[in-house]
Amino acid sequence: MKSASRLEKVLEKGEFAVTSECGPPRGADAEVIRRKGELLKGAVDAVNVTDNQTSVVRMSSAASCFILKEMGLDPVLQMVTRDRNRIAIQSDILGAAAVGVNNILCLSGDHQVFGDHPKAKNVYDMDSIQLIHTVKTMRDEGKFIEGEEIKPPPKLFIGAACNPFADPFEIRVPRLAKKVAAGVDFIQTQCIYNLDKFEEWMKGVRDRGLHEKVYILAGVTPMKSVGMAKYMKNMVPGMDVPDEIIERLKGVPKEKRAEEGIKICIETIQRLKEIEGVSGVHVMAIEWEEKVPEIVKGAGLYPRPQV
Amino acid sequence: MSEEGFEPKIVAFCCHYCAYTAADLAGSMRLQYPPNVRIIRLPCTGKVDVLHLLRAFEDGADGVYVAGCMEGDCHFINGNFRAKKRVQYAKKLLDEIGFGGDRLEMFNMSAAMGPRFAEVARKMVERIKKLGPSPIKKAKAQKGGDVS
Amino acid sequence: MIVGERKPMEEIEAMIDPFEKIIVLGCRECVTVCSAGGEKEVGILSAALRLSREQNGRSIEIKEFTLERQCDHEYIEQIRSMVPNYQAILSMACGAGVQFVAESYPEIPVLPAINTNFIGVTEEQGYWTERCQACGNCVLHLTGGICPIARCSKSLLNGPCGGSSEGKCEVNKEIVCGWQLIIERLKSLGQLDRYEEYIPIKDWSTSRDGGPRKVVREDLRL
Repeated sequence: MKSASRLEKVLEKGEFAVTSECGPPRGADAEVIRRKGELLKGAVDAVNVTDNQTSVVRMSSAASCFILKEMGLDPVLQMVTRDRNRIAIQSDILGAAAVGVNNILCLSGDHQVFGDHPKAKNVYDMDSIQLIHTVKTMRDEGKFIEGEEIKPPPKLFIGAACNPFADPFEIRVPRLAKKVAAGVDFIQTQCIYNLDKFEEWMKGVRDRGLHEKVYILAGVTPMKSVGMAKYMKNMVPGMDVPDEIIERLKGVPKEKRAEEGIKICIETIQRLKEIEGVSGVHVMAIEWEEKVPEIVKGAGLYPRPQV
Repeated sequence: MSEEGFEPKIVAFCCHYCAYTAADLAGSMRLQYPPNVRIIRLPCTGKVDVLHLLRAFEDGADGVYVAGCMEGDCHFINGNFRAKKRVQYAKKLLDEIGFGGDRLEMFNMSAAMGPRFAEVARKMVERIKKLGPSPIKKAKAQKGGDVS
Repeated sequence: MIVGERKPMEEIEAMIDPFEKIIVLGCRECVTVCSAGGEKEVGILSAALRLSREQNGRSIEIKEFTLERQCDHEYIEQIRSMVPNYQAILSMACGAGVQFVAESYPEIPVLPAINTNFIGVTEEQGYWTERCQACGNCVLHLTGGICPIARCSKSLLNGPCGGSSEGKCEVNKEIVCGWQLIIERLKSLGQLDRYEEYIPIKDWSTSRDGGPRKVVREDLRL
């Protein structure tokens, strides 16, 4: 075991893992996080906390992870390289490990132009792959980037994101290979609607034996409405939403669409369970966290295993 | 807004192949157009630079226009397109300093359009009469200098 | 070359407001190529400033002069005899030129008429784009001749991120994804296998982050 992470234990045991996500508030209220934590407790193995997602200032991921930890959940600290240099990054990693956070998700982060502070200086002292490498070096070699000893080293289960649907498609498997070579333990993918394309990517992953070197958690997001589906199709870069999904939602009356969206999500999970190399699912239901237990149950993944 | 007895000084940069020939034709057709327009003949409106337009105003023009061939018919293929862009740039600059970009304009006509030449001249004189003398003359007048 | 753009007239006029006699100083190098501060632009700016002043009932005396460069002492010396006759110099050179002129003439305000934007190239007349961030440690040999620091919005050394769409950067559809370009170039060079080579964390101390820099060639010093 590389860390004390529950997620790691579940995956090591060969169980199909379930993770979810919650977004911190734009204020200093810990209760918001606690409420979301309560909704997810028992239904998932680990909970990601986003890090100033889309460059919009929110309560820090680190503080939110600490609050979830106190509640008995296993948080995943999402860390972007957009806002911090290597000094702050290594410092935050030590801090997270010290308060008992066991998982970290290494990301570059959306450019600040998307958020509420587009005039900010961006940092990007390192990229996501260099961050994976940094955490691995700190954990396994007990050394900072410049080589000095860390006493004691942080024990973190290292994650990263992968987007099988982004451009250019031809390097999406090599990109995963790069992250694996840098030392990543698990990855969570961008939410999947186009299962055929995802299966194509997974075939490439299996051909290179990568599925045996890293745990892959497939991302899913339930659609609330036709509007949401259209928005995600057209306005979110790197998102592949087939027209069939939109047509299927249109085919039911308006008040039934959210329910249909949940159904589609559950069906997707069931299909994902059958794909060789997929070790779990990452349910992203931002601001709809109350539906996660229903989705997990509907997909036959409840209760979560004892580890 | 127009002042009594104000006769604008207009400078017209005309290309030899179309606008100047149209001016000649207007003359032979005995068409009336205001005498306020001073014509400067160029081989092509593409020769006009932003600097020339500004200098014309500095030298006392109340209004300036550039007259070239119809779009697509320029004797030098795209000289009139270049002129169009430069006129737009100069208009913006004149607006930026508060001088007034509408004192400057670009027109297109063919060599056969004698009447159009006269019409453009009339229109521009009318426009400038309404706008009044160039702001630098107005300022001199207010200071007590002579209005030339 | 260095690419810049004239500041808005309002800003320039506010800068020179206290002065009645100024030199407008152009440069024949980079700012001429990007049509921001060459001899012609000096003429245009001076005419516009005169028109603007005169229409407000004020006057301004402008000496229009263009130097070969404003980043070498020898050329800056050429205006030494005229400077005492003026109250300010409005330089149309890049930030380096403005500062160097100011260093030679500390007794008179030297003002910037342009905003210096980037080190770039002329893709076509009237269209200039950024290529280099002067990081002090060039990696172009690793990325097929395309700079990940300057051309990737996030300066990723192991890109691309997941945000590009049809070869365009997530920041702005007019920005080409730098890493898309790198991948295509590696392909055409038959070097796509290089894509998986890990590029380690950059030493930023050679770039501006390490403090203002210098280059010294003792063999060339007189």
